[in-house]
Amino acid sequence: MTDQSYRYIINQGLWNNNAALVQILGLCPLLAVSNTVINSLGLGLATTLTLVASNATVSIIRRWVRPEIRIPVFVLIIASVVTVIELAMNAWFHELYLILGIFIPLIVTNCTIIARAESFASKNAFIPSVIDGLFMGIGFMAVLVVLGGMRELVGFGTLLSHADLMFGEIGKSMTIQPWEQYTGYLLAILPPGAFLGLGFIIAIKNIIDKRRSRKVQQVAVSEPEMA
Amino acid sequence: MLLVRQMTISAVLLGLFAIVGTAMVASIHDATAERIAANHRAFLLKSLHILVPPDQHDNDLFTDVITVSHKELLGTDKPVRVYRARRNETPVAAIINAVAPDGYSGSIELLVAIRFDGTLAGVRVVKHKETPGLGDGIEASRSDWILGFDNRSLTDPEKRGWAVKRDGGIFDQFTGATISPRAIVNAVYRSLQYFDTHKDELFDKPSMPVKEKKS
Repeated sequence: MTDQSYRYIINQGLWNNNAALVQILGLCPLLAVSNTVINSLGLGLATTLTLVASNATVSIIRRWVRPEIRIPVFVLIIASVVTVIELAMNAWFHELYLILGIFIPLIVTNCTIIARAESFASKNAFIPSVIDGLFMGIGFMAVLVVLGGMRELVGFGTLLSHADLMFGEIGKSMTIQPWEQYTGYLLAILPPGAFLGLGFIIAIKNIIDKRRSRKVQQVAVSEPEMA
Repeated sequence: MLLVRQMTISAVLLGLFAIVGTAMVASIHDATAERIAANHRAFLLKSLHILVPPDQHDNDLFTDVITVSHKELLGTDKPVRVYRARRNETPVAAIINAVAPDGYSGSIELLVAIRFDGTLAGVRVVKHKETPGLGDGIEASRSDWILGFDNRSLTDPEKRGWAVKRDGGIFDQFTGATISPRAIVNAVYRSLQYFDTHKDELFDKPSMPVKEKKS
């Protein structure tokens, strides 16, 4: 694998083929949990960890798994990985677990994970698979955090509230409250707010992509004149 | 024959993966079980100690517990836990894990701490599904409303006062949310009634620590 193709994988995960914005996978946890930044970050980290672990395992065993049983084997691997993460979180991040607990088993239903196992890790070597898992996860987490930030800001008028659940005592001073006396806008916290927010993010991404491709076209058009 | 061979290989492979996966989960479960149980315990004790501070009792709240059931007064037909605080063997308070069955979206689980003399040491919401931004003012972390129960009792206020203001009582409702506060006011009142009628039994019954469910 060359540097070029690593860059391609990273680009795919973060932007061009972003799990949440382009593939529109994993909506169930994405919409359910993204009501605050910290919840988003917690679920995003757990999802990324799952993606890396499942991609790594699938790529290691890809030569031994026969095609006819590959899907059940992938499901088995993902389910085990998620259970292990759930137990570990319950043991070491108990308070965060109390908030995210019911959503962690939902990671199993996040289609991104089986999609990456099937379409990437089962055909590629160990290191590219890990990188793919890592950046698909980071791309997903980035959308989660942005959406969480939007909803928290509009809905509660804060950012990073309850950060102490994740960062310990220091987290208590991390909460930002941009406006005083803001009572919050309920819609943002309710499920419709999640759909609206995700819609806005997808729209913004599409605008950026369009602008970019127009620029590329302009460059292509103007080149012959220069020659 | 070839087909059978192929199938056997697939089946054995699948079986092997299942064994490895299960073994992994089982060993992690083993490694974390103790810590998880300790976390549960610490978390529960923390919420109990908010209501009955550790300097007011000298027994172990976690093990001095009984389960009782009373559908009308405790809001559920399932057994309800009652934690008992004592000091030098004399009863100090009971913390009833009561349920308000008539919340806006389902039941609201409460901890109602009642001192031996029948006054409330405090009330906290443990679990609820009320609307964020409207009904969730019942949480102590969102508003001080729940502290309004401190030191109240069956006779303070009189029976008529045990309602939200809209119903002629003394407890506030929230703008846009009357049902959640109403459900809690009623549930707390019923817990007080239960305590009043079952007081001796509550403290005399030998404790029967409920075994932690293995999750």
